[in-house]
Amino acid sequence: MTKLKKIRVIVALLFFFTISLIFLDYINVIPSSVYDYVLWLQFIPSLTKFVNTLTVSAGGFLIVLLSVLFFGRVYCSSVCPLGTLQDFISRISQKLFGVSYFNWSEEHKWIRYPVLILSILSIPLIGMFIIGLLDPFSNFGRILTNLFYPVILLLNNVLSSLFESIGLYLIYPVDIRAISLVGLLFSIIILSVLIVMASKRGRLFCNTICPLGTFLGFISKVSLYKIKIKEEDCESCGACETVCKAECINADSKEINFERCVVCFNCFRECPTTAINYYKQNLLVSDNTIQFKADRRIFLNKLYYIVIGLGSFGFTQIKIIPEKESTVPIKKNVPVSPPGSNSIDHFTSTCTACHLCVAVCPTKVLQPSILHYGLEGLLQPRMDYLTNYCNYECVECMMVCPTGALQKLLIEDKKLTQLGKSKFIKENCIVDTERKECGACSERCPTKAVRMIPYENNLHIPDIKNEYCIGCGACEFACPTRPYKAIYVEGNPKHLIAEKPPAEILDKKIDYEEEFPF
Amino acid sequence: MKRREFFNKSFKAGVLTTTSLLFGKIPDLLAFPPDKYDLVAIKGGEPDVMFDKAIASLGGMTTFVHKGNTVVVKPNIGWDVIPERAANTNPLLVNRIIKHCLDAGAKDVYVFDHTCDSWNSCYSNSGIERSVKDAGGKIVPGNSEKYYQQVSISKGKRLKESKVHELILECDVFINVPVLKSHNSTDLTISMKNLMGIVWDRGYWHRNDLNQCIADFPSFRKPDLNIVDAYSVMMKNGPRGVSRSDVVNMKSQIISTDIVAADAAAAKLFGSDPQDIEYIKYAYDMKIGEMDLSKLNINRIIL
Repeated sequence: MTKLKKIRVIVALLFFFTISLIFLDYINVIPSSVYDYVLWLQFIPSLTKFVNTLTVSAGGFLIVLLSVLFFGRVYCSSVCPLGTLQDFISRISQKLFGVSYFNWSEEHKWIRYPVLILSILSIPLIGMFIIGLLDPFSNFGRILTNLFYPVILLLNNVLSSLFESIGLYLIYPVDIRAISLVGLLFSIIILSVLIVMASKRGRLFCNTICPLGTFLGFISKVSLYKIKIKEEDCESCGACETVCKAECINADSKEINFERCVVCFNCFRECPTTAINYYKQNLLVSDNTIQFKADRRIFLNKLYYIVIGLGSFGFTQIKIIPEKESTVPIKKNVPVSPPGSNSIDHFTSTCTACHLCVAVCPTKVLQPSILHYGLEGLLQPRMDYLTNYCNYECVECMMVCPTGALQKLLIEDKKLTQLGKSKFIKENCIVDTERKECGACSERCPTKAVRMIPYENNLHIPDIKNEYCIGCGACEFACPTRPYKAIYVEGNPKHLIAEKPPAEILDKKIDYEEEFPF
Repeated sequence: MKRREFFNKSFKAGVLTTTSLLFGKIPDLLAFPPDKYDLVAIKGGEPDVMFDKAIASLGGMTTFVHKGNTVVVKPNIGWDVIPERAANTNPLLVNRIIKHCLDAGAKDVYVFDHTCDSWNSCYSNSGIERSVKDAGGKIVPGNSEKYYQQVSISKGKRLKESKVHELILECDVFINVPVLKSHNSTDLTISMKNLMGIVWDRGYWHRNDLNQCIADFPSFRKPDLNIVDAYSVMMKNGPRGVSRSDVVNMKSQIISTDIVAADAAAAKLFGSDPQDIEYIKYAYDMKIGEMDLSKLNINRIIL
């Protein structure tokens, strides 16, 4: 029965590496149209997308459900990249600290079910906050984007320098300044938790904290086929228990807690006989009486402190270089949500903060938010115009979003989608304070919603035609005043449609025979 | 032929005739040495054809590029737009210039710009990355601060120091290839303004009297040759432009070693008075170059 295990490992590695590749593809060689296929089966993104868009193409989660109904949590050991990451951790720690064995342990019902119920019940109140925080796929994405991505960039730059030192411009250096501290911190915490849990206890995370693991486990109570030990064939060697990373095999009582089984087939391979196998289940017999008695309040309290702690760290990200200081502080009331998000409400209630868009964004204008969307929007990406601005010709983030939080817009529509509106603070503007030309904002404006109009002493000062503004943030990014910009984008709670910039044809006739004017 | 030019040519012809008669080399009479033009203006052809003719009238690229030289060609690649929008230098022209440099024996021809929009999209969508590679040049990044070295600009009035791309500091020949465009604050962007793409902190220029900074920089390093691309010219909404309708096909080109003269001539071509372009005036006052075109020996070619 080692064949099943082999297939499982190959499938798991395939998912793990393709997903890692699309997150870490910093030079965008993989076309974004492929992303949908790679992520199709990821349960929480797929379910979220299905609920929000009601499209069949988002039905990957149905396949997963079906597989669970037949064979249990096959998903957890093959499709889930965070699961495979934990297997790696556990493998490495076994190699490093010698052979260790797993032992049967009791189920932590009092943690896993409250977490699941809280995650679901909180959706109407605070959207995807808790689900997003705990979703294995999103956590995997955040670890890759915030932790591994910068490392890859660093490696790239080291290589690039090496090549350049011998006069070859083979590898271009990349900008690594746009690292989100809050994202980094959060990922380090999650990864540490995973390392601690997985190195000794295998899939403890999946069977205590992961709401998806609990949910799929709950469904697997009624799976058609379950893995069981056939007592008459069992030699009582106990080998199966020692290799069970879900710690759900009790060799003494010859029982398997199938709800916690992640279907890794390790026991199949280890069993000297064929006692361990799938056995058909009588659908009518199930012992599903759920018990839970956790203190929700304590959990929420702890969560609150963690979040506040993270938030206060994040504020160090804003760097201020005082030079010729501008005087009027900017107070933004509404954050700018990414293109395709339609409205802040839709976005915050569907985004699980997996940070795939953050990873693919070529300008890195997409940054994990801290408290910009409120506590429940923690880590969900926002447009950060101090870091960069949105490329007029780009639709990458919408192409890759697996949850439907960002819906695909055609490039022509994206160019007319108004994420926010530019606001001008004349008192901060160079033209007014220095009485010199500047125009950095208007220079970069792709629609010329920011135009320069005549001002005193033959100067030109910005003037905003908001009907053409799409809120891309080019003006805000380019504005050279410090510490406060003279132009900034105020987000639209609901995205609007901008007018197409006018394109009058110039009636200039050129006579190519005519003499030069000098 | 203008009077001045006539005298010039007659004088040269006279000297030649006399000397060749003296030494008895009659056939040399037919081969006039190229005139020492200060500026070449050409119109009516494709960018590459015009460049071939114009550079020939300056004695060919070998006048500027010698065997083994390292050359930097600096076009405008500032914007993530397609060539038809004329926000960036014409890729065909860039390609042609690189070929001339290599033919003249250049060891390496580097091309870069410190772009405004996302640099890799600018490089590829402008068509310049492709055209450079096709010509055998090297397109190199300008997007990282590590390439830029601090220099002091002693003659600058507002711009006292700047971080300049190392290739500009190291190269033997620096060829500036701007595209003529309208600009929302400086009215026009031509050769001098194109040099904002070889420094790191362009925000400093914007904060500290943009026009003066533009005039200050060439006091530190003047390009050895300025080739103004005026094939397609963005007449309004510059420097980025909004649509194809901003662009007029002028099919012109201006070449000069004098950066101020190149800008003055290009301004006239655009329909502006160089006197009204502040940085041209400032640069003239700082004696960086000549803005009075009547004082120059200009070769005007209409194809």
